[in-house]
Amino acid sequence: MRPAGRAETDSLYFTYPHFDPPSNRAHLTRPVRVAIAGAGPVGMTAALALAQEGIASVLFDAKATFNDGSRAICIARQSYHILDRLGAVKPFLEKSLGWTRGRSFYRGRKILEFEMPDSPREKYRPMYNLEQQYIEQYLWDAIEQEPLIETRWQSRVSGLEDLEEGVRLTIQDPVDTYQVDCDWLLAADGARSTIRGLRGLRLKGENFEGRYVIADVQMEHDYPTIRRALFDPDCRRGGTILVHKQPDNIWRIDYQLRDGEDEAEAIREDTVRASVAAVLTEIGYDGDWDLEWWSIYSANTLALDDYRDGRVFFIGDSAHIVPIFGVRGLNNGLADAHNIAWKLAWVLKGKAGPRLLDSYTPERRGATLDVFQNASKSARFMTPPTAGWQLMRDAALNLSLSHPFAGELANPRQMTPYTYADSPIVTPDEDGFEGGPKPGAVLPNARVNGGFLSDLLGDGFSLIVFSPELADRLADLDLTPLVLQPGSEAADVLAASPGSAYLVRPDMHIAARWQSASPEAVRAALELAVAGGKT
Amino acid sequence: MTPADLETVYEALAEQLDAIGPDRRELYLAKLALLLVHEIADAGRARSLVADAASNLEI
Ligand SMILES: Cc1cc2nc3c(=O)[nH]c(=O)nc-3n(C[C@H](O)[C@H](O)[C@H](O)COP(=O)(O)OP(=O)(O)OC[C@H]3O[C@@H](n4cnc5c(N)ncnc54)[C@H](O)[C@@H]3O)c2cc1C
Repeated sequence: MRPAGRAETDSLYFTYPHFDPPSNRAHLTRPVRVAIAGAGPVGMTAALALAQEGIASVLFDAKATFNDGSRAICIARQSYHILDRLGAVKPFLEKSLGWTRGRSFYRGRKILEFEMPDSPREKYRPMYNLEQQYIEQYLWDAIEQEPLIETRWQSRVSGLEDLEEGVRLTIQDPVDTYQVDCDWLLAADGARSTIRGLRGLRLKGENFEGRYVIADVQMEHDYPTIRRALFDPDCRRGGTILVHKQPDNIWRIDYQLRDGEDEAEAIREDTVRASVAAVLTEIGYDGDWDLEWWSIYSANTLALDDYRDGRVFFIGDSAHIVPIFGVRGLNNGLADAHNIAWKLAWVLKGKAGPRLLDSYTPERRGATLDVFQNASKSARFMTPPTAGWQLMRDAALNLSLSHPFAGELANPRQMTPYTYADSPIVTPDEDGFEGGPKPGAVLPNARVNGGFLSDLLGDGFSLIVFSPELADRLADLDLTPLVLQPGSEAADVLAASPGSAYLVRPDMHIAARWQSASPEAVRAALELAVAGGKT
Repeated sequence: MTPADLETVYEALAEQLDAIGPDRRELYLAKLALLLVHEIADAGRARSLVADAASNLEI
């Protein structure tokens, strides 16, 4: 929502583009290989990831511009790695605000200062703040450079019918209603997914108690990019407030509504203004400010049972709704897009068996359930659901004033990428590998020759070894060999000895690893990783 | 700890609880529980004590 007199996309700092429906219409009904419903951040990322593998796609979006409002603002390190691999990270880095630190306050007194894991080994910071419009703008800029992606704006997917080997879509745009066949459909059409409805599928899970108003204001506030959490503040007794800095002097203020506080009343402009003013007083800001945009949300943990339905894959918010405390909504969606894109591309190119596609749900739904667990923990601390949780939360906060150890209970511990330990395409350890990242985990980074390990990875699978012989004996395989020095920083991080090897997937997750690798074992693991699991 | 030691703690707790007043006692006991748990530094032991203390409350 925006202040009275301003249209939905009338922003203080961002100019929304306007996109027309397709004007060249001769080809519209021609069959396509991959259709993507929804050009939000997740659909656009999927299109870019497919294009990077050489696969063309058509993106459909019902709207004539980007999503309104700044919505998701925290982008995690792993998402920057995805953007990096898609060749799109540069504008993100230039505009966004990286951060590592959080501060929690209880009744105005600081009880915790935490640092998210970071080190010179890392190419990217643990988190970056950037308004979602910019996220969409920068993805769109990359799409415009990409001939393999065709985007059709103002084009709503309104019908869907299974074919022998594909799906027939009904598309409505201002000019016409037409049908187009596709072999595969990625449903990236957001939380209120039309496609989910057309397939008769439902999100399942829990709704949590707390309701939050999120408001963005523009102001010259002199405070570093540090996430602030205010528990039980004077201006909102019993409630919790989060404050985040964004580019262009925009500040995100999330505040919890009291039990029984009327929602319609809470989102009235004058109520929002009064609530924001009270928060600003609380944080010691007494200058001018402008209200940019606001919205309301409650903390839900909802997901589909299966992210695949025949020829349809659900990615992003269409597959799962997560509470924002874990800042995983968007980040999880980008990982979905990257995961399905390389798999689908490899199957379409004949480089992997069709069963590879069945690994999408266990890997990405597993990641969602992991987020649910963490987010439920945060939600119970931020908005205790019952008297017991409330008492222990208050005790922890109160005790933390004198005993810092109790403040650690207020640490949100956000963001570690999920390990696909149970994936059908990940080979578990067999030779008792001690230390280092487990199979299915994201490859950790390290400095190599003045650059980063992540920069040396190939576009497809990579094999990290510490002696050239093994790589030589596998020269016939479709992978990028990477010979690193024993005793190097990378060897240390990977707990590697001279005979060790790591097989790394196109999405940077570890497919298999060996303390002492044999060519046969590497062949078998690669086979498993591209065929979609042993039958 | 001798029975006499335990008794001194028992008395101190009783006096503290009276000094605090009814509306803050629950909070105080929860804080104390967290502090003691931190001191014994053994999560398994602490969790079994959490369960133990719940027995016979209905008698
Ligand atoms: C009001 C609001 C506030 C939010 N705040 C936060 C926040 O503070 N922090 C956070 O982490 N996350 C937040 N989120 C969530 C975050 O925005 C989403 O996780 C993220 O946008 C998901 O991206 P997506 O591409 O999956 O879906 P969306 O961004 O929703 O994109 C879906 C796209 O599909 C299009 N579409 C829908 N139906 C059709 C159809 N039938 N045919 C064609 N196109 C269609 C839509 O026009 C849209 O462009 C918020 C979301 C909302 C709505």
